[in-house]
Amino acid sequence: MHALKNPAHRAWLILIIATGITWYLGEVSAAGTLAIVSMLAIAFVKGRLVILDFMELREAPRLWRALLEGWLILVSSLILLAYWISLR
Amino acid sequence: MTTATNTLAPVGAPDKRLPGDLAIWFFILAEMLAFAVFFSAYAFARARHVEEFNLYQQTLDRNLGALNTVLLITGSWFVVLAVQAAHHDNRPAISRYILLGWLCGAGFLVVKVFEYAAKFGAGISMSTNTFYMFYISLTFFHFMHVILGMVILAILWFQARKDVYGSHDAHGLESGAAYWHMVDLLWIVLFPLVYVMR
Repeated sequence: MHALKNPAHRAWLILIIATGITWYLGEVSAAGTLAIVSMLAIAFVKGRLVILDFMELREAPRLWRALLEGWLILVSSLILLAYWISLR
Repeated sequence: MTTATNTLAPVGAPDKRLPGDLAIWFFILAEMLAFAVFFSAYAFARARHVEEFNLYQQTLDRNLGALNTVLLITGSWFVVLAVQAAHHDNRPAISRYILLGWLCGAGFLVVKVFEYAAKFGAGISMSTNTFYMFYISLTFFHFMHVILGMVILAILWFQARKDVYGSHDAHGLESGAAYWHMVDLLWIVLFPLVYVMR
């Protein structure tokens, strides 16, 4: 597992597995609160990996890391809010 | 990786560095905010037309959407490897990885064209209904960003072939790479939102 010491390789592997899970949830027609929260959580984890390990902001000045991670939190929260409204 | 650290840096200062040029990060942030507005507009429009969105979402090809996610993730990964190769002065690998990243982008475009052809062939357009209006405008806006990303990668490839990048200077490469990763990041939100979440 030497190759997984490179954060980029590790991130790629997790991103591909996570994409497979989202695709599978679509195949089984997962819907409703649990499905929505799971898919948003997966998208959040994936987005964070891209920001930290692909954009290489893990070691960047805190402001820039916070701005991009903040974007991810903002977008996920707004989508969650909209879906919560639709489920009421 | 830190062999080329600036010897003038104050002793003990944390090695916190923003990859690429500051300007590209402002540009990326502006683009991401535009997409944040689009994503929210989609989600809130859906809240008012849940049945319509759930019905027509089922007509989208999730397999092609997932395949395109894999292509963008892999394309992003290749470009990270190009940046790493530059930091290690592995010159031939830089242009090779940029080319592989570009090919992933090309694959994305081909898949998307097939997807659009099937939809347009079925007589679907922006004016068909609210869902398709969002589907076409959101994915097409992103499509344009993939094309711009590939133009940037092509420029990086030519520069890399001229031996411009290395551990002494990878700024241009890092800037272009950051934009390419943004294209990937946006699709990672767009795919579940438009193709899967219901």
